[in-house]
Parts: sequence; C-alpha cells; structure tokens
Amino acid sequence: MTAVWRFGGLAVGCAALLTAQPLNRLTAQDTTAGKTVYVKWCAGCHGDNGAGDGAGAKHMIPPPRDFTGAIYQIRSTPSGQLPTDADLLRSIDEGLPGTAMPGWKTRLSDRQRRDVVAYIKTFSTFFADTTQRPQPIAFGSPPGGGSGAEALRVGRQFYDSIGCRKCHGDQGRGDGPSAPTLKDDAGHPIFAANLHENWRFNGGGTVEDIYHRLRTGLDGTPMPSFSDLLEQKFLTDEQLWRVAQYIRSLAPRDAPAVRDVIHAPLTKTLPHAPDDSAWTAVDVYWFPLVGQTIHKERWFAPAVTGVWVKAVHTADSIALRVVWDDRSESPDTSWRTFVGRVFNALESDDSTREQPAPWPDQLTVQFPVSIPSGMERPYFLMGSSSAPVYQWRWSSAARTAAVPGVARGIDRFDPLSAAALGAQAVYDHGQWRVVMTRALASTDTASQLPFRTGRAIPVAFFASDGSNGEHGTRMAVSTWYFLALDEPVPARVFISPVLAMMLTLGLGMLVVWRAQQKTSYRRQQ
Amino acid sequence: MKGRIFSVVGGMFLLTVCSKGDGTVQAAPPAAQPVVPTADVSAAGGTITGKIKFTGTAPRNPAIDMSEEAACKAKYTTTPTEENVVAGPANALSNVFVYVSAGVPAGQTFTAPATAVVLDQSGCRYHPHVFGVMVGQNIEIKNSDPLLHNIKAIAKKNRPFNVSQPNANMTKTVTFAAPEVMVNLECNVHGWMHAYVGVRPDPFFAVSGPDGSFSIKGLPPGTYTIEAWHEKFGTQTATVTIAGTETKTANITFAAH
Repeated sequence: MTAVWRFGGLAVGCAALLTAQPLNRLTAQDTTAGKTVYVKWCAGCHGDNGAGDGAGAKHMIPPPRDFTGAIYQIRSTPSGQLPTDADLLRSIDEGLPGTAMPGWKTRLSDRQRRDVVAYIKTFSTFFADTTQRPQPIAFGSPPGGGSGAEALRVGRQFYDSIGCRKCHGDQGRGDGPSAPTLKDDAGHPIFAANLHENWRFNGGGTVEDIYHRLRTGLDGTPMPSFSDLLEQKFLTDEQLWRVAQYIRSLAPRDAPAVRDVIHAPLTKTLPHAPDDSAWTAVDVYWFPLVGQTIHKERWFAPAVTGVWVKAVHTADSIALRVVWDDRSESPDTSWRTFVGRVFNALESDDSTREQPAPWPDQLTVQFPVSIPSGMERPYFLMGSSSAPVYQWRWSSAARTAAVPGVARGIDRFDPLSAAALGAQAVYDHGQWRVVMTRALASTDTASQLPFRTGRAIPVAFFASDGSNGEHGTRMAVSTWYFLALDEPVPARVFISPVLAMMLTLGLGMLVVWRAQQKTSYRRQQ
Repeated sequence: MKGRIFSVVGGMFLLTVCSKGDGTVQAAPPAAQPVVPTADVSAAGGTITGKIKFTGTAPRNPAIDMSEEAACKAKYTTTPTEENVVAGPANALSNVFVYVSAGVPAGQTFTAPATAVVLDQSGCRYHPHVFGVMVGQNIEIKNSDPLLHNIKAIAKKNRPFNVSQPNANMTKTVTFAAPEVMVNLECNVHGWMHAYVGVRPDPFFAVSGPDGSFSIKGLPPGTYTIEAWHEKFGTQTATVTIAGTETKTANITFAAH
C-alpha cells in the first residue's frame, strides 16, 4: 500500500510535497476519485459492488474478477497472499491477455489507474487487515542458454516429472487428462492454458512471466504454486527456470501477425495428407477467430482462437491445409460436464438452450460463389439470400469427407455433391490438421467457385469445438481474407535479368577498353 | 498478530486474550502464526454426545476412474468410490462436522493445540475427508503418492491458496486464521479429491465416526446450539443445556436427498 503511495508521491512530484499529509492519512487512501473511474470504466463487467457481476459478466469466460474475495491470479507474492499494488496496477495497465480484460495504460491516466487500484481494494476487508502484508518473492533472473537443446531437454524432463502435462497435455496444448474437469473457485469452467499461445497467457508470455506464474500459482484457478519444490529442495531454481524456458519454446518467437493474402504457390504434385512433407516448405498464414456474436444464439466463449493456413495448387487442383488447436477430439464424452459448466456460466439468448450433446468439431472454409469483380463481397457471416457464399464444411464426425455447399445466411446451407471435394484429417495431441482439395475448374460455376490464378479470392474461416458446447451458431468466426493462386512464372522472368546484366557488363568493358586504347595512343604521341 | 497478550485464566483453559478484546483473529499468512500452547479441554466440564443418522436412501457414491494414475489405483483391491455420503449400519452417517455454533461466551478465547492435524494424500484421496481445526492450529499436508497433487483451499473468511506437491513425501504446514465452516480443499489434477475442514475459534467440535457417533467434551455450563454440517445433506441444529459435568445426548437426523 505504502509502496505505491510513495511511487505516486514521486510521480506527482512537487504537488504532492506541497500537499503532503501524515502517512496514516495517506495509507487510508482517498478512494473518491477511484470510484468515479471505476463506475465509468470497470463496473460494466466487474459490477457496482465489485462482485464480478456487471452487465457483461454473463457473456464471458473467464468471468470478470470478483474483487470481494481479494483473490488475484497475477501476483508477485506467494499463493494465498494479497497482491501488491504494483501487481494490481500491472493487470490494469497490461490487461489480461486471453480474456476480455483490456489494458488501460493508454486509455486512463497514471493518476486514474492508481486511483482505481485504491478503490478496488475497498471491496475486500482483507486489504484493510494490517496483518496482511504482501511480501513479493525475490525471483532472480533466468539462467543463460535457455533456448539451447540441453536446457530444453532439462525443462521438458521436469515438465513431465512435476506433472504439468496432467492439465496442459503432453504437447502443451491444454489437453491433459485432467483438463476436462477444471473449474475455478466459483465453479466456472476453465481451460488449462494452451502453452503454444504465449500471447494469450493472462500474466504475459515471457520466460520471466512464465517462471513467476510457476512460483506464485494463479490463485482462484487450478494452477498451483510450485515454490515448495524449491524450498523443500526437490528442484533447483535453475531447473524450474528450465521448465519456464521449455514452455516458452513451445510458442513462436513472436506472436503471429495477420497477413491478409494467402499465397498458394504452384507445385507439381498436390499434397493430400496433412503431414505430407511437401507442406513444410510452404508459407503459413495465421488468422484469428472470435466468437459469433451477431446472430442468436450468440457465442461469447469460443474455444478455437485462430487457424494456421497453407495453400498450394497444381495446374489443375488446389489444396488448402488448415491447422488449429483444439483440446478435444470431439465428440468426447469426458468433456460433457465441462459443457454443462460452460452453459451455466453464460447467459443464453435462447429461452430453450440445447442440452449438452456429443457434438463434433467443425471447420468451414468460405469463398464467394464467384470471384467478385469489384470491392464488394458477400456478407462475411455466411452470406445472404441475395448474395450467397460457397463453403467447404468439414466435421470430425466424417473426418475424411467434407461437404461443399451454398450458404444463404447463417441458418441456411444447401449441400452440393461432395464428390469434387477431398478431405483428410489428423488429430494429434490437441491439434487438428485438415487438408481439403478440389479441382480448380468447376462444372457448376453458378454455385461452386472456379479458382483462377492471379486473382484475389475472398476466403473466410469458421470453427467449432463440440466439446466446448459449440454447435450451430455457437462458433468462432473470422472476417474475409484473400487467397491468391500464384501464376506460373514465365521463363523470361529469370532469363531477362541475366541477359541485361551480361549486356551491361559487356558494354562497360567495351567503354573501358576503348578508354585504355585512347590513353596508350596519347602516350605514344 | 503482534500485540497479543497471553494469559492463563482458570485451571481448565488457557485463554488467549486479544489486546483488542474482540476475540476474533484476522487472517494472516501461515508463517506469521505464533506457536501457542496446548489447550486441554477434555479434563472437565460437560459433554455432548449423539449419533448422526439420515432418513431415506443414500445416493450412490460415484466410482473413481484412476486409470490415469497407476500408483494410486494399485492401492485398492476394489474400485474406489467418492466419499460424498459415507453411511454405516442403521443409516448412521459419518463425516459430519458437529460444532458449537452459539453459546460459548463472546470474548472468550482458546489456544490452539500444538499438535498438527495431518492431512494425507494417499491413493489419490484425502485422509481424513472431513476434519476440524482450531484457528491457528497447524495442518500438515503430506503427499504419500508419487505423483502431482495440488492442494487448493477455497475459503471466504480465510486466505485461499493453491500449492503443488509433485513428489512423494512433500509436506506443507498451513494454518487458517479465521473461523470458517467449512473451508473446502480440493485437488484439481484429480477432480474427485475433496476434503472439508471446519475452522473454529474454540475446541468444541467433532466429526462423526463410522457409527455416526460424535462427542464434544469440556463444555462449561451453559445453553449451546450445536450445528451439524454434511457435504451433501446440508446443516441441522440442536440446542443442548449443560449444567456441571454431565453428559447430554443430542441425536441429529438428516434427510437424504
């Protein structure tokens, strides 16, 4: 408490000195200003009384923090202790990635954010209890060589031995055997983090952040503190850092950036299998997905956070490879209780919500029925009756079959003959890898888009995780992006520059030779 | 916790008097707990005994699938079940936490026993499943399984915590600083593992045994409300008046549902 007031005093500078008050007055903290900020910006989700029950609360998983219990995930203190003011400020500043909580650093002033820290502490009596003194852990810094093979081997060894895989899974995608049973203190369903998506870690995705979470645990969630392992000498500090470094190594170096146009290079043969080695040389594109919140029944808790897409084509066919992380190979009855918890946590806008059922996982790839000549595209959310869209629908119920068809809005899909569309799928440790293939040409040009090279073809993606209760309109959606089939490069593209270079070199040498001739002629004179 | 004065009052009880005089103890980090002398409350006073029963049919305890944990599964010869309703002969109900919820004079404080209550994690179950401690009394949590357990305390009046014990023979000592009936303990790795601890400011509590019987000793004369708590059947209360060193009976019956 005092620490932040000291910091606050420094920041405000002279003004604070002029109005300096005795310390006991300062520690009491004036929360009037904080309340104003809170009511305006925070209460909508966290509720007027800080109980995490604002108007938006029933539309998000994880739900907004209930401040009345003073239980905070992101702390620098041991499990069970209160957070420091700096911890609270950090969550406000940076937000909690992977949740609905945004960062407020650029939206609110320093003063406003500190005021609101003081105010949210008034919701719990624990903060007023002077016996509660948060003692931050002295974390130290990571040992070197953290990305080396030996460090990662050690990290992986302890990842297994201390049981991370029980929830986070063998490959870290949050698909461990205990994952379907996880709930938070309030009984809300909670996913074990997918460790491949460090940009969605609630407390940040650096090695340091990961190590801090291992030490402090995420109070209120199933994630425990592993500090006792160090104190009771079952693990050295370096070994725990190696676990953090291993976990960090699962995610890409940088959070994926969206590139709007998928380039599909021309290849000689079409890779039909998801794990065909030909795919490794192809560029990958990432597209984020969000909950479908336009049509009833809206969906605020999508499980699929994005898709990784690759595409290639031959002279006559196209193959699209879509990869996404999904904690369950649905239908999977072990997740049924989880679905029930998801439904309980969310407010439905259907009066008769479906009972949890063993729904499959689904992926839809969407194109217009024909390549638009101008900028206008059909409505991204499955078209409309006047401007339908052409879709490929894959389901884990069929796996090696995908259904092409025409959608005229979210609730109308008319399937077409599936003969033209090929599909292969692999489910592997929390990840689906699906390849769909089709001939470039189409005999049904009114409904089934003919693919052409050199044109920007609109494409969009939809995904459902059946074991998260996703079915029908409850799904994750993307907006329109583009697919471009690269044209075969004519030979002259490669030959012309070489010819030009040779010609330039030849002319240059001729000029030099002539100049040298003239010089020697003058000397002879 | 500083500013506390310890004083010995009377022959029966060691009374801890808070300098603020309100008798309540605020939550504090476990490490901040002072070591307190043993309170021997069984020497004299009245006793409340009784049997806990239930009417109706007990729900079946779900079988536990321990196939993911071979080391736990190996500790059983038959399929283990959850312990939601543990019934004895003639509908006796065990694992009921019985405590004096009213009647102990306000302001009277009691010291916690120096002996810790041991909570063992063995065979992917908690032993005991239901127990009571006094405010400030040590609970020694130990892992007898060679695999990861996490111990999460879900509490409102006490600070909750969540710590891990990935190795056999790890121990952790925790205390609770405020009275609370009940604090829930759970393991999230093994979703079936639940334990319940009643935290009391006085030693007047008991847990019903396999035959449903319980006994609360050392009560000074007075009229007491006792409350019986069961994890599935809720709570029941009874009123008992104690005069002198007599033993009074208070049988309690729950309705199964």
